[in-house]
Amino acid sequence: MTEQRDRYQAGVMPYAQMGYWDPDYEPLDTDLIALFRITPQEGVDAIEAAAAVAGESSTATWTVVWTDRLTACDRYRAKAYRVEPVPGAPGQYFSYIAYNLDLFEEGSIANLTASIIGNVFGFKPLKALRLEDMRIPVAYLKTFQGPPTGIVVERERLDKFGRPLLGATTKPKLGLSGKNYGRVVYEALKGGLDFVKDDENINSQPFMHWRDRFLYCMEAVNKASAATGEVKGHYLNVTAGTMEDMYERADFAKELGSCIVMIDLVIGYTAIQSMAKWARRNDMILHLHRAGHGTYTRQKSHGVSFRVIAKWMRMAGVDHIHAGTVVGKLEGDPNVVKGIYSNCRDSLTQRNLEHGVFFDQDWAGLRKVMPVASGGIHAGQMHQLITYLGEDVVLQFGGGTIGHPQGIQAGATANRVALETMIKARNEGRDIWNEGPDILAAAARWCAPLRAALETWKDVTFNYQSTDTADFVPTATVA
Amino acid sequence: MRITQGTFSFLPDLTDDEIRAQLDYAIEQGWAIGIEYTDDPHPRNCYWEMWGNPLFDLQDSARAMPEILACRETHRRCYVRVNAFDSTRGFETTRLSFIVNRPAEEPGFLLKRHELEGRHIQYTLESYAAQAPAGRRYE
Repeated sequence: MTEQRDRYQAGVMPYAQMGYWDPDYEPLDTDLIALFRITPQEGVDAIEAAAAVAGESSTATWTVVWTDRLTACDRYRAKAYRVEPVPGAPGQYFSYIAYNLDLFEEGSIANLTASIIGNVFGFKPLKALRLEDMRIPVAYLKTFQGPPTGIVVERERLDKFGRPLLGATTKPKLGLSGKNYGRVVYEALKGGLDFVKDDENINSQPFMHWRDRFLYCMEAVNKASAATGEVKGHYLNVTAGTMEDMYERADFAKELGSCIVMIDLVIGYTAIQSMAKWARRNDMILHLHRAGHGTYTRQKSHGVSFRVIAKWMRMAGVDHIHAGTVVGKLEGDPNVVKGIYSNCRDSLTQRNLEHGVFFDQDWAGLRKVMPVASGGIHAGQMHQLITYLGEDVVLQFGGGTIGHPQGIQAGATANRVALETMIKARNEGRDIWNEGPDILAAAARWCAPLRAALETWKDVTFNYQSTDTADFVPTATVA
Repeated sequence: MRITQGTFSFLPDLTDDEIRAQLDYAIEQGWAIGIEYTDDPHPRNCYWEMWGNPLFDLQDSARAMPEILACRETHRRCYVRVNAFDSTRGFETTRLSFIVNRPAEEPGFLLKRHELEGRHIQYTLESYAAQAPAGRRYE
């Protein structure tokens, strides 16, 4: 009794003593677990900092309040239960925090994130804070719809199996009229791509209003389908200023017979979940462009890692997500990208510190998200792309299609021939990582567009140091 | 025109040896092999006729290849494809699907535009070949 009286005396008390630090705590199967990278201010103890993060992301405020005593407060307090230094990063600590399931509303990414990345990210005693990974309990996953279509059903609808899908983003991304824009779409699809894509910032601008774009693009899609006998698609970006506008655009896309629509990450978690439900109701594939993520995912010390965003998006329910290329122009360390891809595609993602994956994650039957690799990739890298990214991925060659010296159709054909050649060789048991360039060269002997593509982009690589890398490297063992 | 459905339609038609190599790959993954044929190649015609049940528990291409040859012989004027089916959890679907026979001439598709209100067009694809009754196409 005296103990309780002391605990609830008015005044300020360290978070660790308020019950937000419990090194003996064993997380329940139904707990959410968050792993934060914390950088305490000078002189702030790491355990106290971890407890503060637990407190500020759950029930605490800066001072003791007696009203806690009207609640089962111990249950609602998040508990930091493990703190360890980050290897090779002095002053940074990994802190594991467990949250009881009752803290969260079912089926709401908005609610989940308002706690986990809410006020706590501005908390003064920390210099920086990064959400590295989360373990979402099956019980909570089961309250989410997840991807409206998923990889398996998408492939069955498109009738495309055994190889990555091919796409391209229309370029220039801004300025084309609807009619000229549709021309690019038709050429690329007829030449051999499966999809063409609106860019993230193509919505409804003075040079091209959305209805015009939708009408011309669907003419292009259907014409290309007739010319090839294949199912084709164009991701019509329905991103707009209000939900009402987005629904209007999505409904029109459906009326025109499009098999896919697209949204941007910047529309927000709730809007994404609404569109996911719309897509499930309307048999539509939902593509997500991760516009904006680089502002908070790229730096290792502060923000939210993309692997967490990818998890949230699988829960929120998107079918495609841009998730890194490794070899292209955008950020993407090979190991970190592997970790993100496994969170998109696995039924059970296994802990793998080298890939930045800190927890086993049972996906509870949630459908799988197709990762999209886009940005600065070309046909000459096909063997590397397939080796790094596997088969269930959309490879998007925008410049690598439209910038082809013999035209857009030739660019698309070059990519498709390179892809099919490489998959065939891989299946035949060839070592594509090492023999890739020879395999491409052999196909280029009978395929002029591929020959021109290899010649044009032969030396293009983007070899820059990644900023977002895994903290754990394999240690050599003595044999 | 050349219909480009299937995993390898942009490559020259596969030789029998190349087909065997793909079968061996699929079988090594533990997948079942199905053979299907059709004279209606509309991209949304997902139910081609089955050349018997899929072949399960194969060791190599030795059992599947004669079936492919027989189907191709009987349905020389049809499209024939090989599907590999994966029964593991999380997939339970086709993992590879490629054409191993196609008619000598492929007339392709008519794109029909049904003009509606405003500039709205409803599109329909019609296979020229499928305008003849089933069994009398590609003759």
